[in-house]
Amino acid sequence: MSEHTQDTQDTQGSSANQATPGSDNSGSSANQATQGSDNNSGNVNQASQGSGNNGSGSANQNNPIETLDPKLAAQVAVELGLTPEEYENVVATQGRVPSLTELYIYSLMWSEHCSYKHSKKQLRMFSSEGDHVLQGPGENAGVISVGDGWAVAFKMESHNHPSAIEPFEGAATGVGGIIRDIFTMGARPIACLDSLRFGTLDKPRQRYLFDGAVAGISSYGNCLGVPTVGGEVYFEETYEGNCLINAMAIGLMREEELTRAVGSGPGNFVVLIGSSTGRDGIGGASVLASQEFDEAAENKRPAVQVGDPFEEKLLIEVCLELLKRGIFVALGDLGAAGLTSSASEMASRGGVGIDIDVRAVVQREENMQPFEIMVSESQERMLAVVRPEDYAAVAEACARWGVACSHIGLITDTGRFVVRDSALPAGFEVVADMPAEMLANSAPEYDPEMKRPEYLDAVQTIDLSFVHTTELATLRGDEQNYAAALTALLASPNICSRAWIWRQYDHQVQNNTVVLPGADAAVLRIGDTGRGEMSIRGIAASTDCNGRYCYLDPYVGAQIALAEGMRNLACVGAKPAAITDCLNFGNPEKPEVFYTFHKAISGLSTACKHYNIPVISGNVSFYNESFGNAIYPTPAIGIVGTIDDISCVTTAAFKQAGDTIILVGETLDEMGGSEYLKLHFGMVAGAVPALDLDLERDVQDCVCDAVRAGLLSSAHDCSEGGFAVALAESCIAGNLGAEIALDDDLPPAASLFAETQSRIVVSLAEEKVETFLDLLAERRVPYSVLGEVGGERLIIKDKLDVPLNDAPDGSFAGISSVYQESLEAQVSQR
Amino acid sequence: MAACNFGVVVFPGSNCEQDVLYALRFLGHEATPVWHQETNLDSYDALVLPGGFSYGDYLRCGAVARFSPVMEALIRYAKAGRPVLGICNGFQILTEAQLLPGALIRNAKLKFICENAPVRVEKSVCKWLDLAPGTVLNVPINHGEGNFICDEPTLDALNSGEQVVLRYCEPAGAPVANATTGAVQAANATTGTVQVVNKAVQAANATTGVAQASSRVAQASSRVAQAAAGELGGFATNGSLDDIAGICNKAGNVFGLMPHPERVVDGVSGGTDGAPFFSAIISYAREVAGK
Repeated sequence: MSEHTQDTQDTQGSSANQATPGSDNSGSSANQATQGSDNNSGNVNQASQGSGNNGSGSANQNNPIETLDPKLAAQVAVELGLTPEEYENVVATQGRVPSLTELYIYSLMWSEHCSYKHSKKQLRMFSSEGDHVLQGPGENAGVISVGDGWAVAFKMESHNHPSAIEPFEGAATGVGGIIRDIFTMGARPIACLDSLRFGTLDKPRQRYLFDGAVAGISSYGNCLGVPTVGGEVYFEETYEGNCLINAMAIGLMREEELTRAVGSGPGNFVVLIGSSTGRDGIGGASVLASQEFDEAAENKRPAVQVGDPFEEKLLIEVCLELLKRGIFVALGDLGAAGLTSSASEMASRGGVGIDIDVRAVVQREENMQPFEIMVSESQERMLAVVRPEDYAAVAEACARWGVACSHIGLITDTGRFVVRDSALPAGFEVVADMPAEMLANSAPEYDPEMKRPEYLDAVQTIDLSFVHTTELATLRGDEQNYAAALTALLASPNICSRAWIWRQYDHQVQNNTVVLPGADAAVLRIGDTGRGEMSIRGIAASTDCNGRYCYLDPYVGAQIALAEGMRNLACVGAKPAAITDCLNFGNPEKPEVFYTFHKAISGLSTACKHYNIPVISGNVSFYNESFGNAIYPTPAIGIVGTIDDISCVTTAAFKQAGDTIILVGETLDEMGGSEYLKLHFGMVAGAVPALDLDLERDVQDCVCDAVRAGLLSSAHDCSEGGFAVALAESCIAGNLGAEIALDDDLPPAASLFAETQSRIVVSLAEEKVETFLDLLAERRVPYSVLGEVGGERLIIKDKLDVPLNDAPDGSFAGISSVYQESLEAQVSQR
Repeated sequence: MAACNFGVVVFPGSNCEQDVLYALRFLGHEATPVWHQETNLDSYDALVLPGGFSYGDYLRCGAVARFSPVMEALIRYAKAGRPVLGICNGFQILTEAQLLPGALIRNAKLKFICENAPVRVEKSVCKWLDLAPGTVLNVPINHGEGNFICDEPTLDALNSGEQVVLRYCEPAGAPVANATTGAVQAANATTGTVQVVNKAVQAANATTGVAQASSRVAQASSRVAQAAAGELGGFATNGSLDDIAGICNKAGNVFGLMPHPERVVDGVSGGTDGAPFFSAIISYAREVAGK
């Protein structure tokens, strides 16, 4: 079983062109081969009679298959992305030369995206064990129990390459795809989060990509009525030619409603529900294929699918209704490789065969070839298995919702995946006949070569002490200087308010959003709004990854991604339950890239095991490169935690003047990889902040327990920009100033802006301070009592003093408006 | 006395109907989903058209839903003086069905807006809301096309007939600072943007070593202002004419609004200011239903 499912387009395309890097010709030569076979199929009688019937060993012995000319087949195989060895493997598996349809199907099923041939061994490092895990990797999404019989399904997936070409539709269909993975499991989608990466906003194209992707997510998610409640975005040169659009979806169900895509019951009907099938995404298989993006990327736009969120909304309703009525024996969505992967995985999981007639598939274009119907990636389609006597009920429900459905095949007991075209003459209908199990699970597994990239030593060993001695920061105690440095950080696109983004997302529909976007983590009430029970339980969710850290140290960087996600949950009072991941890397065939992949997986899996957090689903996106340069390793994680009582959550905002401000944790002189270093010195370098896994846990436990006990008024973790930014954000969110003094002996830039891990800024009523400090002392967690909330300025004694709000006469700007308005100002520049 | 039974119309693509059903039941009412093919609505004491994207709203919002079988019956129901509430997409459908005047077009800045919006209750003939004029409520808006427009005679009629029920306002109830009409609007829009950008420039300039960022933003400043002067409307909300957020018909029984009161009823997801929208109508509904 594949441990992760793979990026819908990214790697699929990539693998299809592995043998012909960067070439647009591959598309056309594949077409030539296809056209050749068009002619063949025009003469299908003669051709089939003459060849092919050389013992497929199937239940369809009597149906001769029109196989390809051996020479042509080998050539087409390579064009489709199979290596010569893989092609030999296909011939061995089939016991003969494959047909064109078979070749297409093998090339897709054995591509990186379906087979994980490069990543599978590495992914085995992850543990998916846990008492509360109801479904681990291998299904459309992972599922955990969250208490009182409620279960939550979630998964994160990338849609990078389509979005880099057509950001609106690429991002929109990314949301559509991940949502289908969720309701396929029987869960009603209740939330989306997005992890986005672009180049810097001074480039017009990056603004276009960013604006378009946000609009696409907004358009699709809002129409579905699924709130987009959180996420993250970074702007960094490395993503300029290859933006990252990772979408995470969460669904809610009762435990007993869990459904799996396991085909069973020979004689049962195979039913295709939803949109008609066109040629969309077929070109995508080859043209989105380049390992790297280049000047020709723009020409690939037509290969990006167009989403129809209205159709998907209807699909959600009709599928969830039929699931609830117990009418589906199995349900799967059509994602990458379309009908091919959906049907073959369903058959192999159930150990059954499947027999499909492509002519029964509702087509939106004329003269579609069988292989086109089988590999089409038309959106908004679901594959269901139903008992014959229930088909009428399916047809009735679909008609009522205005959704098309068609009976396209049968479950068989042969273990064969048979594709037929009933338009062909009787006796010659079968165009593909393959062992389902081998097809789905026998792809090769590779051990790609690894080599420690040379840049690592160079960047890690840079001495950053100059940061404290150059002019920018020489004057210790120069308030104006650090005030300006803080203000610039708050205006940085990587730190400033994301309200411009989430204002475009419906983040409240379903009435369960307890903590709005912009907080450390999103908090959702668990409840079946309108249809059923509401509870006082909640879940919290966050997506995290600092690509800079992963570039400087993939092992620790990936661990920090997890630690920060967990810390975000702790700040709202949630206990981590499980994670999903979206592993975005460059070309795995480059030993340096694969080394970073290996290190990141090692780091992440080690930390997950340390904290006993299972990895229940995920996605690998390779070949994120442009013009030969890989992106920063970006193993984004999506984490979900549980809350027993939603009335006991807290947020980052300061709530009450007079509250005591405490820094939980301890600041070190760790400027490596910091936003301060990038913004003021233009450098991404140094050693990443150290991560002490045990200290991190202690810090989180103390804060989470204190939130749950109602001790804290606010909690906010220190991340990009360090302590000063965290403090400023709590001031801005609560519209309350603060006056504090720092008691460390660090250079001011470190004490203000170092990104040391395991730190949380909290505020609490004076009478609760002693109890909280006892809690910290018990776990031996370092802390500093810094000062108190209040006033209209943020004052850090001897270091900086800035106004929170603008002067009424406009004579000066406060940090609040700078923070809140910066992103829009930068996106709107023309 | 029989309980008040709200019917909540469900079109394909509606997505707030469950939220409305939940809010109504939370407030102690009976509430029943009404499928868009229903043609007999007499048994309901009041009807709600919920938010969402009926038929995907691929044409004008509400333009297709307006022709659903349920609408003919709903128009009869409304014309008989019985209470109808349209929220967001429901408001759009009511204008398409010409039960309410005007139209809702793309937001002034062409972006979808989801945020808490303070709205001021106006003195109106609306039977759905019984609050003192000047009361400020915090109710979320959530739409891409909520920019209310109508011609001048219609606007005059709405104002003189006390049919404007809600206006967007500043948190304390004052008119929205920079969202007005005509030339003032354009002028204000410009200064507003320049202010914003200037702040960012200030921030960037404040620090040495960020010259790049500074010039980037400074460059943006003039261009954004330029664009704003030409094409942008109100900033605080969606550009609605006279800050209109909700209107009713002359009789006051049909009420359409862009904000989503059903989202702020139980106090869990951001307050309880939505509750009054579902309470005042009960006695009127019973009266007109002869209960």
